[in-house]
Amino acid sequence: MKVPAISLLAGTLFGAGLTISGMADPARVRAFLDLFGAWDPTLAFVMVGAMVPMAIAWLVQKRMPRPIVCEAFDLPGTSLLDAKLLGGASLFGIGWAIGGLCPGPALADLAIAPIEAGIFVAAMLAGMTAHRIITK
Amino acid sequence: MMLPGFPNATPVAGLVGGLLIGLAAAIMLLGLGRIAGVSGMLARASGISDTGTPRAIALAFIAGLPLGALLVILSSSSIRPLFTGSVLQLVIAGLLVGFGTRLGSGCTSGHGVCGLSRLSRRSMVATLTFMVSGFATVGLMRAFGFING
Repeated sequence: MKVPAISLLAGTLFGAGLTISGMADPARVRAFLDLFGAWDPTLAFVMVGAMVPMAIAWLVQKRMPRPIVCEAFDLPGTSLLDAKLLGGASLFGIGWAIGGLCPGPALADLAIAPIEAGIFVAAMLAGMTAHRIITK
Repeated sequence: MMLPGFPNATPVAGLVGGLLIGLAAAIMLLGLGRIAGVSGMLARASGISDTGTPRAIALAFIAGLPLGALLVILSSSSIRPLFTGSVLQLVIAGLLVGFGTRLGSGCTSGHGVCGLSRLSRRSMVATLTFMVSGFATVGLMRAFGFING
């Protein structure tokens, strides 16, 4: 039970951080992406704030033989650049701009605006399912 | 605190919230040895993907996201996200985000927060791509009159 409990704690902190930072506010996300309007740089501060603990964590990780609780690190590769990466990120960027939501904030917003966030999350799951069917 | 020239910006709330996000991702990395990638964990938790993070870990993390948001809005009366789009807009956006994050193996959390801070070439390219794509899309929405003001 210890491992899911740590994951729940991390998810809760993550959701709280998204909400406090403004990242879970579609209007603010849109304002950040709106270079030709009344540009709102807040999300740049969110990224800087998130980078600091994570950059330190990566430095610590290099010196650790294994994570504190689990048996081994299970991390993705870092170098492969392909059309899937570019195409996927491009489509994601379009959706992020249209809805003002990315996956984490959409899930956090289920607690705040369940109808709007629920519609988005349902469509997002449908998009993920479509990808699975196509790539099978 | 205000940022000169940007009356709507909330830099301190942004930094504080960002630190919490980074701390949460650091707990996942150093505690459980995993990337805090939301799109991947959602696919795993929902059963859409069979590989990646063990399902119990993914489910717990995903459940935490609305829980954390709830705790914040219960303790603050000023934080209220603003949804302005139509249902059609939400549906199109959700489909693109779902499909795109699976095809591109990550979103703002995995590629953005975790990958950039790791100096992963793959994540740097992905983040640059979705940022540019997002800027261009909002620019086009403005040009075609979907955004006013």
